[in-house]
Amino acid sequence: MFLLKLLFRNAFRHRLRTLLTVLGITVAILAFGLLQTVVTAWYAGVNNSSSTRLVTRNAVSLVFSLPIAYQERIRRIEGVSAVSYANWFGGVYITEKNFFPNFAIDAKSYLDLYPEFVLKPEEKRDFQRDRKGCVVGRKLAERFGWKLGDSVPLRGTIFPGNLEFVVRGIYTGVDTATDESQFFFHWEYLNETLRKSIARRADQIGVYIIGLKNPQSAAEVSLAVDATFKNSLAETLTETEKAFQLSFVSMTEAIVVAIRIVSFVVIIIIMVVVANTMAMTARERIGEYAIFKAMGFQAHHIAGMVFGESLFITATGGGLGILLTFPVARKFGEVMGNFFPVFQVDSSTLYMDLVFCLIVGVIAGIFPTWRAIRIKIADGLRRIG
Amino acid sequence: MSVSGEQQIMVTVNAVSKSYRRGNQPVPVLEGISFEIAKGEFLALMGPSGSGKSTLLNLIAGIDTVDSGSIVINGVDIATLDESELARWRASNVGFIFQFYNLIPVLTAYENVELPLLLTTLSRHERRRHVEAALDVVSLSDRKEHFPSQLSGGQQQRVAIARAIVTDPAILVADEPTGDLDRVSAGEILELMGRLNAEQGKTIIMVTHDPRAAEKAHIIRQLDKGLLNDVSA
Repeated sequence: MFLLKLLFRNAFRHRLRTLLTVLGITVAILAFGLLQTVVTAWYAGVNNSSSTRLVTRNAVSLVFSLPIAYQERIRRIEGVSAVSYANWFGGVYITEKNFFPNFAIDAKSYLDLYPEFVLKPEEKRDFQRDRKGCVVGRKLAERFGWKLGDSVPLRGTIFPGNLEFVVRGIYTGVDTATDESQFFFHWEYLNETLRKSIARRADQIGVYIIGLKNPQSAAEVSLAVDATFKNSLAETLTETEKAFQLSFVSMTEAIVVAIRIVSFVVIIIIMVVVANTMAMTARERIGEYAIFKAMGFQAHHIAGMVFGESLFITATGGGLGILLTFPVARKFGEVMGNFFPVFQVDSSTLYMDLVFCLIVGVIAGIFPTWRAIRIKIADGLRRIG
Repeated sequence: MSVSGEQQIMVTVNAVSKSYRRGNQPVPVLEGISFEIAKGEFLALMGPSGSGKSTLLNLIAGIDTVDSGSIVINGVDIATLDESELARWRASNVGFIFQFYNLIPVLTAYENVELPLLLTTLSRHERRRHVEAALDVVSLSDRKEHFPSQLSGGQQQRVAIARAIVTDPAILVADEPTGDLDRVSAGEILELMGRLNAEQGKTIIMVTHDPRAAEKAHIIRQLDKGLLNDVSA
């Protein structure tokens, strides 16, 4: 108790210096937490992918499509429980700034493969009945103020023409990690439009989504699907949903690595700042440490004082930084919702915050402690006065 | 230089030499010093700056080590103790009074006095009793919640004395205890040290430049250029 009182009073002996150091740690931990959350958000699609789903695309590139006729052949492969399909539409709502992911899907089967998108049965039924119907995520609906029955136009960028939709359902995520910013409409509607405008692009789909009876059979089913279409005009590449998502993330791997490096550099910088504060503190108090030693206090007592103060300062700054991370991340997520549909502080980020606080506190205290316990009492006493 | 046969010896300094290094050159500070201090003695060490009196005090107090010779205090040869043993020995046998008081500025007078007791096994209640008794001796019971910055120099030195005696050590070492005080305060401090010596039987070794302070001591020893060359009583 006495030691804690001494640590607390010592820590605030130079209030401005300590407050600035605590502020520095707070900002550093906040910055680290946000940067790590950006990385987590980047991988959100990967982390939320299901092990019971495979994705089949054209083996040459995702840019090339696959014939709709493949659906029945895939369905007959051993281990497949369901097959659906989707096309990335890439439509624009009013202006390019209003970006959100929009897909033409098989209305009958697609949503059954995605139990994480929770839709009321009556809304699902209305969507399936209305060829111009669409289902939108809760966050997307909130963003544009859409309600059931509203009309939403999308201008094609990959596909020609403007399509009009009616909001028939608003899905919610089964948990907070589910992306609630997507837009789904009938592939049949798109296909009809294409038949009229560019017939050669009709009856084509972007990817097949394959439901597995058993997640353990993912490799066998993938091989079987690709073998089925080997030497055809449109060979396939089948992979787990996770691998499929990772292929997108890997395109931006350099950015993720850069963000990670910056987040660690922030921690190193604050470590130097805290070490400097503690070194100044120890230098100023070298006479006091000599007095403590003269009275019979030993190296472990002195080490406890210096390390304790260093840990106290980093814990205060770190604790504030962690507390601030949540509201700031929430605000950040709202502002950057277009780019990061799921922006949540992960528990692993909090653990890293705590570990780095501990590391900063300990490392910053090593040199001053070493100096304080090595000082000869007579030398230390000579520095007073 | 020895005490009379009837008196119990507290400190025996035997052929002690000490030098410091300046670069590669050893600078001798004390050369073959020998003397004894009786229990309950009040000794003043005087001498010009650089004569080695503070070094000798530090050696006796166990905060510096001899190059050669031995220092036996109350039957313990402190030169044979390792750092940890020496720290424990200091905690229970030596009370320090410094020129600049050396109180911990973030602790109150009470807490400063309590500091040495944290190394003992005393309960909180017992510590309180000891601290209050020590503050009572120095007549500062009413200032116990004050921080050093709220006390005058003389009061701070009295708190330092309370801290020095709170563990009831056998020896008090004082390095220029009145060096930073005005004449009145210095007189009060010397008076207090005299009382501790007379009433509680504390053995006091005091380094001082001030002849008036030295007059309070029973014995004055002069150090010059590392040699003990004068004794007066």
